[in-house]
Amino acid sequence: MTAAATTGAPPVARTDERGAGAHALSVRDVSVELGGRLVLHDADLDVDAGELVGLIGPNGAGKTTLLRSVLGLVRRRAGQVLVDGASGSAGTRAVGYVPQRHEFAWDFPVSVEDAVLSGRVRGIGWLRRPGVADYRAARESIDRVRMTHLRKRPVGELSGGQRQRVLVARALALGPRVLLLDEPFTGLDVPTQELLTDLFAELAREDGKAVLMTTHDLVAAMHTCTRICLLNRTVVATGTPAELRDPEVWMRAFGIATGSPLLAALGLSTTVDHEGDA
Amino acid sequence: MISIGDFVQDLLNPDLAFLPKALLVAVMSSVVCGVIGCHVVLRGMAFIGDAVAHAVFPGLAVAFVLQGSLVLGGAVAGVVTAVLVAVFSQNRRLKEDSIIGVFFVAAFALGIVVISTAPGYAGSLQQFLFGSITGIPDEDVYVVAVAGAVLLLVAFLLHKELVAVSLDREMARSAGLPVFWLDLVLYVLVTIAIVISVQTIGNILVLALLITPAAAARLLTDRLGVMMLLAPVIGGGSALVGLYLSWSLDLPAGGTIVLVATAVFLLAWFLAPRHGLLARRRLHSSARTPEDEARRDTDLPGPAEERTPVGSRA
Repeated sequence: MTAAATTGAPPVARTDERGAGAHALSVRDVSVELGGRLVLHDADLDVDAGELVGLIGPNGAGKTTLLRSVLGLVRRRAGQVLVDGASGSAGTRAVGYVPQRHEFAWDFPVSVEDAVLSGRVRGIGWLRRPGVADYRAARESIDRVRMTHLRKRPVGELSGGQRQRVLVARALALGPRVLLLDEPFTGLDVPTQELLTDLFAELAREDGKAVLMTTHDLVAAMHTCTRICLLNRTVVATGTPAELRDPEVWMRAFGIATGSPLLAALGLSTTVDHEGDA
Repeated sequence: MISIGDFVQDLLNPDLAFLPKALLVAVMSSVVCGVIGCHVVLRGMAFIGDAVAHAVFPGLAVAFVLQGSLVLGGAVAGVVTAVLVAVFSQNRRLKEDSIIGVFFVAAFALGIVVISTAPGYAGSLQQFLFGSITGIPDEDVYVVAVAGAVLLLVAFLLHKELVAVSLDREMARSAGLPVFWLDLVLYVLVTIAIVISVQTIGNILVLALLITPAAAARLLTDRLGVMMLLAPVIGGGSALVGLYLSWSLDLPAGGTIVLVATAVFLLAWFLAPRHGLLARRRLHSSARTPEDEARRDTDLPGPAEERTPVGSRA
């Protein structure tokens, strides 16, 4: 129906497709096999600096796998990931990863500052202690997520939203071009989610990060993301929220029927409902 | 019960030369175990410590039968088991604790079979299991000192990497840290810390040196650096006091040391600042109101306060 429904390719023609100005993050024809099962095939996705892209799909769609393949944590069977035009570890270095909150050992006796500093371990190098530049970078990223007043607090005493901020600051501490957020809103209340969303949008808009975020909160994503990527084993569609008003795309991505409350929640169901009733 | 003065005199008495040696080895190994134990406690790998403690047993047995160095034999057996566990744990179908359960009991069983071939094994078995302060050869004092120093140095040099892996494995892996090798290094550190402690305290009680001081230290502080200083102090102090009590009351050294460390742990549980039972009770009855507590739990000071800096950002 609309251009958005075309599989894979972004609906808006991008002039710099193969030009010198490389995308901040470029995922090309990536296929990943886990335990003999093809969980992701021919995934194509570009994220540019300044964009906040929502990666959306049902459970098992391969969202986390896509993030992990960008990070080089899973072996790709085929395809290529370029960060700022660089592949391999040179590319991964420019990616800041914000894992799900439960991945971090919050009972560890470290302060917010120590936790953020741990994001620079790789940059500091073996057998060396963090220097002035490391502390400065940590402090700046703590400031960026507005946690300066809690800098010395043990991480175990933070609330869910504060913990999410710590993880974001840790990812920012190495000054990445690309920020990957894995389910940042899980288990957080709506006001906290909104404050975090504002932060992510700022990081894209003001700091020029390319932000790619997986989320199950579709309504919020349609509201705040500059672009949406619908994933189900492969990229079903990408486009701005306005371009993804075709319910058929969502039905395909989520494997749902016309009457699904999901479509109603997105405000896409009315016309379809009438057709269905007829 | 003898006085502390008498204890010091006994320590200086050349006829009791084994006593200062035992004290030295007990304190040194407690200090080392205190530091390494912090990693063990924070990572929640106490079971691995237990496993390694049992796993060194066949090595001790073989060394005993062959009249070789117990420290060396134990270290080899412990490291081999630790490596086996690390390698077999890469298979995600089985959880690590099952793998450990398989290997450490197997190692212990092997040790019992080996040592049963030695004549008069019942006595030496008891010595291995519960430790002995009389039978420490001179060279073992040096071995413990050197091995302990190397251990502390490695733990110091790899501190930030080990902590990064403990904090968040996925992140460490994506940052390019060799997580598998760092795990292996930590296992080896734990193994050697245990081996050098087995002599005085015995195979079964050695776990207490690794876990109890570090756990007590964790109760007393929220700062990793402080914890890593407190744990060896608690461990070393417990070894000193425990050995004194065991000598003056004629009690088994290993058991006494462990009981002293456990007493420190219980004290920390009740008296710890902020988190201890007493501190919590005091907090509830006075200073903090329930509202204060509730506010601490909410996200940031409050949405209004949180939004102000947004506008003020230049």
